[in-house]
Amino acid sequence: MEAVHGHDHAHDHHHPTGITRWLTTTNHKDIGSMYLWFSFTMFITGGILALGIRAELFQPGLQLWKPEFFNQLTTMHGLMMVFGAIMPAFVGFANWQIPLMIGASDMAFARMNNFSFWLLPPAALLLASSFFVPGGATGAGWTLYAPLSVQQGMGMDLAIFAVHIMGASSIMGSINIIVTILNMRAPGMTLMKMPLFVWTWLITAYLLIAVMPVLAGAVTMLLTDRHFGTNFFNAAGGGDPVLYQHVFWFFGHPEVYIMILPAFGIVSQVIPTFARKPLFGYASMVYATASIAILSFIVWAHHMFVTGMPAAGQLFFMYATMLIAVPTGVKVFNWVATMWKGSMTFETPMLFSVGFLFVFTMGGFTGLVCAVAPIDIQIQDTYYVVAHFHYVLVAGSLFALFSGTYFWLPKWTGHMYDEKLGKLHFWLSMIFFNMTFFVMHFLGLAGMPRRIPDYSQQFADFNMIASIGAFGFGLTQLIFLAVIIKCIKGGPKAPAKPWEGADTLEWTLPSPAPYHTFETPPVVK
Amino acid sequence: MQHAQAYYVPSPSKWPIVGSVALLFMGFGAAFLMNDIPAGPWVLLVGFAILVWMMFGWFGEVARESEAGKYGPQEDISFRWSMSWFIFSEVMFFAAFFGALFYMRALSVPDLASGATGEYLWTSFKAGWPVSGPGIDETFTAMGPWGIPAINTLILLTSGVTVTWAHHALKHNNRGQLNLGLFLTIALGVVFLCLQVYEYVHAFHELNLTLGMGAYGATFFMLTGFHGFHVTIGTLMLIVMLFRCLAGHFKPEHHFAFEAVSWYWHFVDVVWLMLFVLVYWL
Repeated sequence: MEAVHGHDHAHDHHHPTGITRWLTTTNHKDIGSMYLWFSFTMFITGGILALGIRAELFQPGLQLWKPEFFNQLTTMHGLMMVFGAIMPAFVGFANWQIPLMIGASDMAFARMNNFSFWLLPPAALLLASSFFVPGGATGAGWTLYAPLSVQQGMGMDLAIFAVHIMGASSIMGSINIIVTILNMRAPGMTLMKMPLFVWTWLITAYLLIAVMPVLAGAVTMLLTDRHFGTNFFNAAGGGDPVLYQHVFWFFGHPEVYIMILPAFGIVSQVIPTFARKPLFGYASMVYATASIAILSFIVWAHHMFVTGMPAAGQLFFMYATMLIAVPTGVKVFNWVATMWKGSMTFETPMLFSVGFLFVFTMGGFTGLVCAVAPIDIQIQDTYYVVAHFHYVLVAGSLFALFSGTYFWLPKWTGHMYDEKLGKLHFWLSMIFFNMTFFVMHFLGLAGMPRRIPDYSQQFADFNMIASIGAFGFGLTQLIFLAVIIKCIKGGPKAPAKPWEGADTLEWTLPSPAPYHTFETPPVVK
Repeated sequence: MQHAQAYYVPSPSKWPIVGSVALLFMGFGAAFLMNDIPAGPWVLLVGFAILVWMMFGWFGEVARESEAGKYGPQEDISFRWSMSWFIFSEVMFFAAFFGALFYMRALSVPDLASGATGEYLWTSFKAGWPVSGPGIDETFTAMGPWGIPAINTLILLTSGVTVTWAHHALKHNNRGQLNLGLFLTIALGVVFLCLQVYEYVHAFHELNLTLGMGAYGATFFMLTGFHGFHVTIGTLMLIVMLFRCLAGHFKPEHHFAFEAVSWYWHFVDVVWLMLFVLVYWL
């Protein structure tokens, strides 16, 4: 057996260096890091596009961009943030953490893991280059609604192929994650002993495999409507533009849970650690996550209340949507109960998680408001919706990503990060985030439409506040970059378990985690 | 026993990045091609050639690793899970197009012929199925189920039997029957594809049935087209399996690649049955 073992791991001794290491690596930590850096790059790129939007909206009237280019900015901001920043960041966390947390030597398919990552840069190139083709990038909004998306220029085709490639990447990544979780757990690690981050990713990966192919189908129909004469989305040919919305949101609604469930997982690791108490209601957390996932398949048409749906349909989708508040409420309750009478300290990861709890819950409440069909008909396509989904995507997903980054940076780099700068990053992010997006609720309720480069005078003050907040938020993220670079380059040596209350398997490893870990699986009691 | 041998983690490999380059070229190539940029076909072709090279290289490496005994029982379970989930993703892909078919038949087409739309906008449009759409003046004939499609159903069902026969032969180490069963499955797959091509030619030239024929044309060609594409992939995979069998690969107790291909083949078979009933017949 020893001989077999030695032979299998011959690569330990001569793995390539330099750029080749990153191009050819089969190591889950290398790949995790690449995912995280890629997503940060896209976060900055998408952020710059967002600042382009906010600069134009700083004052009423057309200042900087033509309306078409403004539409391209909003569209590409959405696509890049959703598919380039948030999703890959969570996959990066999955790559780094899942093998460490379940005691596996690597991901189940290490070579395919590399492929999942390296498909993303070509997709990003297709997207980014679409700005420079005749007609520019697609301006149809990140949802790429027909018929506008059928009529756009070549940028639309590049976006369609980018979505195809990112979908392939997601499906391969998800299969890898599911198989790793189901088949690579250390002996004794039963499903109900898994850390919650692993559970949320198991369920997220299931959602991804179920809906990414549907998105591929939607954009394929778009492609054939554009170039091959089909009439899926054209009434003259017996089709219907609303069909696109149905197929898209059948993907799109599970997609929003894809972007939030792993965030729940991170928060569920961080809060017990810094409250120094086990997670309250572990089993109910698992069931709540699964319930959210299942419900996510039967609520999609709440994005389409104004398309002319029968009242019975509106009622069904309204109540089904409100039902999601129940498992989500269970989660929020459990996090609060975990903190109840805990010995809490507020290091940066905890700050971001508690901040998440406050601000994400507000996003959840506005989600409930949007779920009510008669109200939604009023606020559809207004800034209220923009405020809502940024509360769940920025204050939800992104804050959880920040929390997780600070939480695991010591394990990844072997150094403690700069706590002062981390806290500064948190407080500035929190303030500027609310400055940017809180006022959008009022703008929306007052009737300001989204995706329009100009607006009526009465919206001027709140827009100016939002724009200042957005630039503040963007600049604040440079602090985050500085903290990370500082932490990689040096800093106080991190112990194996820098957080007193942490109890998952990765903290039994030295910091930084060695290149190969758990080659002999640990035994979990 | 499961953990007696460390889980196989492959060495660094160039194939994934080769595949990424291939898809980069193919993405740009296809976009150029569809927008009449002269370089398009060539860029697409280069991408495709790189992709083929990658598949030969990568899958060859996997086959060699398998034959070298690097995959134990735990790896086998990984392969089984992953193939199952991959097929699930394919099911969801087809579900999107079946969903479009149901939506058009049950909602958008009847809606166009009824209510205010039917009364004022398209007064002469009659709903029903098969139908193109109110704005399409050309007429077409729908594809009947009891000619080539029925024959194709028999062919695919038979191929499901032959591939299972081959699998049993493999388990009983009867290599002659294995090769024969595989060969017959491939032959049936090829015949199916030829008949499908013939059917398309017939549709284009005699029935005036094209992609542009509204609701029916779009769903008919997209569903049968993607199915045909999957049969093509399945047939290619079966051919690879035949070559591996002829090269002496696989053992009665260790042959998941073969099983995965047969799962895939049964999957395209089931999709066809759905197509036969929902697209051709009803």
